Amino acid sequence: MSAWSKSNWDRRTVLRAAMGLAAAGGLAACGGNTGRGGGSGTRLTQYFHAYGEAGTEQAVKRYAKAYKEADVTTQWITSSDFENKLFATLLTDNAPDVFEFHPQIQLVRSGQVADLTDLVAPVKDDFNPADIASHTVDGKTYGIRMIDDPQFFFYRPSLLEKAGVEVPRTLDELIEAAAKLTTGKVKGLYLGNDLHAVITPMIWSAGADTLDEKNQIAYHTDGVVEGLRKMRTLFTSGDLLLGAPTDYWDPSALNQGLCAIQFCGMWAMPQMQQALGDDLGVFPFPKVTGGGAPSVYNGGWSMFVNAKGKHVDEAKEYVKWLWIDQKEYQEDWATSYGFHIPPRTSIAEQADKLKSGLAAEGVELFNQYGHFDNIGWTQAMITALEDVFADCVRKGGDPEAALDKADKAVGRELKKLFG
Amino acid sequence: MPTPTEPGLARPAPAPVPPAPRRRGPRRGNTFHFWLFTGPFLLGLAVFVYVPIGWSVYLSFFEARFTVTPEKFIGLDNYRHMLTNDDFVGSLGTFTVFAAFIVPTTWALSLALALLVHRLRFMRAFFRSVFFLPTACSYVAAALIWKMSLFSGVRFGLMNTVLGWFGVENVAWLADPDPPWYWLVIVTARLWLQAGFYMILFLAALQNIPGELYEAAAIDGARPGPQTFRHITLPQLRATSAAVVLLLLVAAYQAFDEFYNLLDKTTWGRPPLVELYLKALGENQDYGAGSAGAVILTALICLVTLFQGRLMGFGRGEGTK
Repeated sequence: MSAWSKSNWDRRTVLRAAMGLAAAGGLAACGGNTGRGGGSGTRLTQYFHAYGEAGTEQAVKRYAKAYKEADVTTQWITSSDFENKLFATLLTDNAPDVFEFHPQIQLVRSGQVADLTDLVAPVKDDFNPADIASHTVDGKTYGIRMIDDPQFFFYRPSLLEKAGVEVPRTLDELIEAAAKLTTGKVKGLYLGNDLHAVITPMIWSAGADTLDEKNQIAYHTDGVVEGLRKMRTLFTSGDLLLGAPTDYWDPSALNQGLCAIQFCGMWAMPQMQQALGDDLGVFPFPKVTGGGAPSVYNGGWSMFVNAKGKHVDEAKEYVKWLWIDQKEYQEDWATSYGFHIPPRTSIAEQADKLKSGLAAEGVELFNQYGHFDNIGWTQAMITALEDVFADCVRKGGDPEAALDKADKAVGRELKKLFG
Repeated sequence: MPTPTEPGLARPAPAPVPPAPRRRGPRRGNTFHFWLFTGPFLLGLAVFVYVPIGWSVYLSFFEARFTVTPEKFIGLDNYRHMLTNDDFVGSLGTFTVFAAFIVPTTWALSLALALLVHRLRFMRAFFRSVFFLPTACSYVAAALIWKMSLFSGVRFGLMNTVLGWFGVENVAWLADPDPPWYWLVIVTARLWLQAGFYMILFLAALQNIPGELYEAAAIDGARPGPQTFRHITLPQLRATSAAVVLLLLVAAYQAFDEFYNLLDKTTWGRPPLVELYLKALGENQDYGAGSAGAVILTALICLVTLFQGRLMGFGRGEGTK
């Protein structure tokens, strides 16, 4: 018999080991820095999603350290579902005092985010008007935009030239280009692994919108159905890069030569330029139907104050200090670690890095074709349209049926929010 | 078997042992020590297991959105909602497919590994450890390795490289649900992770089969190999097999990590726990409906376990008929 069967654990050994473990666990819990209580001065916690560019985490912590009025702890959330983690934590005692997110009205309706109107008011004219509008409900402003991030296509002109392809101006041309650009080693096009990044651009380019001015469903049109059918064709064509190790927001797919055209954001432009030099161009999401127009999603991140936190006033002070007063940090944040467009006109004018070459072209797309966030378009609605893409573009279901299903989910949400 | 050494004749007769001193203290000292040692564990069990279960049952009868201390009692509405919810009912179907793949394959693979390792004449401890090691790996880490390097859809993913040698086109293992290659990814990941653990269980059972049985069979003319395996080894492993299948089934019910990490943002391939997670902790934070789903799931697990135990005779003990 082997030694295996002889090593008998008697009850006492097991019990002792378990007690030891329990005690160790207890001690470890005591030592944990929960970021609350103890020490002098106010303690604030801020949540950031993990930015991909090198140096961003250090920068955020550096800004926080420079603030003397309170001790600010930064939580750098690396999980892919930042919103789920944020929403879940906001319900608990460990909720952050300050967090970055996108403007969504359910946070206002549930009293989760504090009114920041008086912070923004003195410098309101210095902000891009669209960035104020997208954060305003009934005349009150609930968030401060830090950066604007236009999202569009990046391509390798050398590869297009070799394949004899022009820059696509319609979705059909894009599908055709993807086919011509696909070779044994390079796929024509990359839209991210789940294609969800192009949902709203596709809707806008089909001449529709997410919601209309009266906050009613505006995405369920024939143009969008046609767009969904075309996207299905593209998905099954074999010309699309799928299952890449990194998602659309990371420039690796284009940089490593896995694809010829990639949908990405302007944040990744410096990394792409470093890898590809001048062999890089940009174009907006092309029009889907005759009635549509090219579009660019002007995404971005904003700062919010947790209205249910323990230190609302202190948190507002901190947000005002960093995102209203400290223009140097704001410029550093927007242009030193990847390119973002500063929402403050005075800073944007000084940002020399965005004034020439490809960056200037990106800014031009932002100005000409950009669609900003609609505060009435919430996470539940975003998920509903993601399910549409999953069901009919990736799974081959009927677009009408998928949109009907989304209508139900979005309708329920709209009723809750707007009555 | 170790044989006890015979007491030598030269050994002096044992001296008469003085009667053991009486224990100090009253007899209920035993009770005190019982509680001293088990108390902390029972307390932990109560606080971290029973109270949450009870709380979840309580929540399932309430309208609990964005709160875990609800006030509005709605009776069985949450249960009605969950049982008529296509996504939740569909997730039970997904689970069934998953269990149909994973339970037999893990059972067969871990038994095969155990038989191989049991037969080894040398380096047995080494191979036992090697096959057991994946058990120590986290499901999340394994899922990420499977997703990003083994089964990534690009040309330098391991599987696509291998297929490329035979001139097969790149396959988008996880992104494209048609054909459903994602099952291959999920099943192989879990197989790698858990086969070693069940191999150890089988190994222990194999070592418990008395050698005399095989000797007697050999004398009776049974050939070693399939015949002895079928008529001696397999029946002797019956209780262990039943336990393994039961554990595998429960583990399959609890599948979450690899599905959650491998199939991000899909509408397919969601087992019950992922569905409940999205329900309770997604953007709706509907703890009431989530809890109702959890209670339904628990009831199902209990039912299946009881049924399976009855069918396969789990707990009747090795060797008894």
